[in-house]
Amino acid sequence: MFDTALSFNDLLFLLKGAGVTLSVTAFAVVGGTALGLLFGVLRSHVSPWVMLPLTFVLDVFRSVPLLIQLILANAFQAIAGLQFSPFVTSCIVLALYTSAYCTEIVRGAIEAVPPVTRRAARSLGLTWGQDMTQIVFPMALRVGLPSWIGLTLGVMKDSALVLWLGIIELLRASQILVTRLQEPMFILLIAGAIYFALSFPIARLGGRLEKRWQEND
Amino acid sequence: MIEIENVHKSFGALEVLKGINLTVDKGEVVSVIGGSGSGKSTLLTCINGLEPINSGRILVDGIEVHAKTTDLNKLRRKIGIVFQQFNAFPHLTVLENVTLAPRKVKGLSRQEAEEIAVKHLTHVGLAEKLNVYPGRLSGGQQQRMAIARALAMSPDYMLFDEVTSALDPQLVGEVLDTLKMLADEGMTMICVTHEMSFARDVSNRVAFFHKGVMAEIGPPEQIFGNAQHEETRKFLSSVR
Repeated sequence: MFDTALSFNDLLFLLKGAGVTLSVTAFAVVGGTALGLLFGVLRSHVSPWVMLPLTFVLDVFRSVPLLIQLILANAFQAIAGLQFSPFVTSCIVLALYTSAYCTEIVRGAIEAVPPVTRRAARSLGLTWGQDMTQIVFPMALRVGLPSWIGLTLGVMKDSALVLWLGIIELLRASQILVTRLQEPMFILLIAGAIYFALSFPIARLGGRLEKRWQEND
Repeated sequence: MIEIENVHKSFGALEVLKGINLTVDKGEVVSVIGGSGSGKSTLLTCINGLEPINSGRILVDGIEVHAKTTDLNKLRRKIGIVFQQFNAFPHLTVLENVTLAPRKVKGLSRQEAEEIAVKHLTHVGLAEKLNVYPGRLSGGQQQRMAIARALAMSPDYMLFDEVTSALDPQLVGEVLDTLKMLADEGMTMICVTHEMSFARDVSNRVAFFHKGVMAEIGPPEQIFGNAQHEETRKFLSSVR
């Protein structure tokens, strides 16, 4: 009655789930990084008192478990009549969650650039914007990249929680197959391998960049 | 000409400059000596507009540095400054360090900027290091690169803030030689320094700062041979 062998279509089903995982992660990381850059620059340049409301909101996103954020956001958007799809809601919540962590990475990396180096740049006549783009961001990137890679990989794994909104991403796809095939070890091994295949190139890229920069230092 | 008129500067409750008056003519080399915390370095950063002042005024070629209408980024093209720390941009090669400001601030093409950079880097003895990253240079080489970087903007005035203080003793000479060379070429310079022999041999005038006040200024022969102020004599006897 039931087919208990893993078929090619099942593999495709898993890969389709991996595609959803990748999409949610990509939206979250791109959106979260853009917001994190903006908030991080503000946090490192504007008085802490002025930034207090933003800091508080970001702390909330960092402190409350992602699962709770996803479920509450989904409920609120329904109550507010926004009619966002679960995918859109997931991307927004994950992007805000990512931005909260990214803000601290950006702030820390910018503050790691020695003030005297920035002073030297300004003394040459560079404007604030030129100082930021030519000196601060390239130097901060070297400091912040390892943490940002870690954040990206973390968000990819955390994105599994969007299954609670009914999205069939990689983990949910695996669960469905486990239920049907009753081969949890085998299916989860494949899912783990796919997660690894998605993460490994990002980790390697970061490692290669770090190595290249270290060679110049 | 740099004109400093009754400049006062405080950091919080601490007044570090207490009414400084000084005029530096074109082509002149003025060395500023004095103990730590006497306000020497602060004066340089005020001339460059990196620090605001509380009262008085500083004029560079008649332009008031701290006036609200002054375009500081434009004014800074006239005034090069080299700091005690080398402040190399570590992610850029030596050549890129020196071409950055001419390209971004003056709008020169890459080729034009590189021609100027190579000229100045050759001048300070770093022609062999164009494509090296600063992390591979010695302290003395990094400081000479910083000097070339400032010179590449073709400034009319150069400010040197204890540029040999962070160097190993054996590297001090190469940087001082570069400064002497610039002085010989007629560059207008204000040098905050602890190198008394440099101040004596190269300067037209030497200013002694003490507790935020310019206690004495005069030709090197006067300051080192016949100082008028008691504090100047005390300071010089302590560093000899």
